[in-house]
Amino acid sequence: MSDVSLTVNGKRVSGTAEDRTLLVHFLREHLGLTGTHVGCDTSQCGACVVHVDGRAVKSCTMLAVQASGSSIVTIEGLANGADLHPVQAAFKEHHGLQCGFCTPGMIMTATDMIARHPEGLDEATVRAELDGNICRCTGYHNIVKAILAASQAMAKGSKGKAKQAA
Amino acid sequence: MYSVNYHRAASVTEAAKLLKSGDAKLLSGGMTLIPAMKTRLAAPSDLVDVSRLKDLQGVKVSGKTVTIGAATTHYDVSNDEKLKKACPALAHMASLIGDPAVRHKGTIGGSIANNDPAADYPAALLALGATIVTNKRQIAADKFFKGLFETALKEGEIITAVTFTAPAKAAYQKFRNPASRYAIVGVFVTKGKDGVRAAVTGAGDDGVFRSKEIEAALAKKFDASALDGLKVPANGLMSDIHASADYRANLIVVMAKRAVAAANA
Repeated sequence: MSDVSLTVNGKRVSGTAEDRTLLVHFLREHLGLTGTHVGCDTSQCGACVVHVDGRAVKSCTMLAVQASGSSIVTIEGLANGADLHPVQAAFKEHHGLQCGFCTPGMIMTATDMIARHPEGLDEATVRAELDGNICRCTGYHNIVKAILAASQAMAKGSKGKAKQAA
Repeated sequence: MYSVNYHRAASVTEAAKLLKSGDAKLLSGGMTLIPAMKTRLAAPSDLVDVSRLKDLQGVKVSGKTVTIGAATTHYDVSNDEKLKKACPALAHMASLIGDPAVRHKGTIGGSIANNDPAADYPAALLALGATIVTNKRQIAADKFFKGLFETALKEGEIITAVTFTAPAKAAYQKFRNPASRYAIVGVFVTKGKDGVRAAVTGAGDDGVFRSKEIEAALAKKFDASALDGLKVPANGLMSDIHASADYRANLIVVMAKRAVAAANA
């Protein structure tokens, strides 16, 4: 057993877990954050993607104790109260989900992807970057549309903020 | 996953000490080891995490000499501006491993220590004539990769860095398995001051290897046309449900041609 201390969605949390406990199980079962899903459990489907110290990782392939000391953002940490995050809003607007099971991972991957491509995204890049996220319902078209729209909306938003700051 | 004891090493020296306990294994990005533990293919008693050691991280470029810390992630290798100038082929290769989330965790040291027969880095380091630096010695890539999942590393030895001289020309091309995305064949070619080297991953019965036939042809003329009509022997190549040895032999030439064209572009 080890102590696991994390900052999750801005809040300090700690707990004790077996060393073999996966981060995804710690989030879901110890912290009750069930938005992060276990899909394939073999590092392929991406339903479990969260951000660890600012990077998208598969939480089914990381021990909770490995993450101890890190800052984690899960799907529950994106919206600002009742206001959806621009990526969440774009998935809703563009019907980027059907059953919704893969959606938390898709959205965490998308926010990471948009952050890593401040120059903007094109369709080929979005599709290549979704290599590690599997969706069985949508055929991906609307997911790709949603990510491209969110990327544009966020670029406009940040320019707006830059203007306000200036 | 069986029960395990996790340790976070504060230094390479401490990691080496911790490795002596029970059936301990080093943990870096964990992109292979943790899935292997989940399926109980691996069952170490202890894990010694070296992924947070700062002196194992980062890319240094000094003139033509490139040094990459063992715990540098694939993402950091693919995205390093100095490396993109000194040896863009290696940065490009790193951008082709796994998927973005895997690249955020997986490391160069972990990849070469595992020496998966379909991994990309072994081909790159063999073609670059790299040196693998451990806490005990330096090992030439030609002597490091021994066979399937087998390396020259001794019990308790820890890779700390990889270093090489950036070649004048280099490129990597891989033909992916459409489902697993691993290389069915990947070829890394380089042309440096010591000549041409061509290393092949994904195809060899015994893991990564250098293709003498391709190297000899390219030494005469470093151009894709030098490989026209070339045959590499299917002997010693893998045959499985994905591709026969003959198919892989043909693909090696095709990927080598593409790699040379990319290196010359």
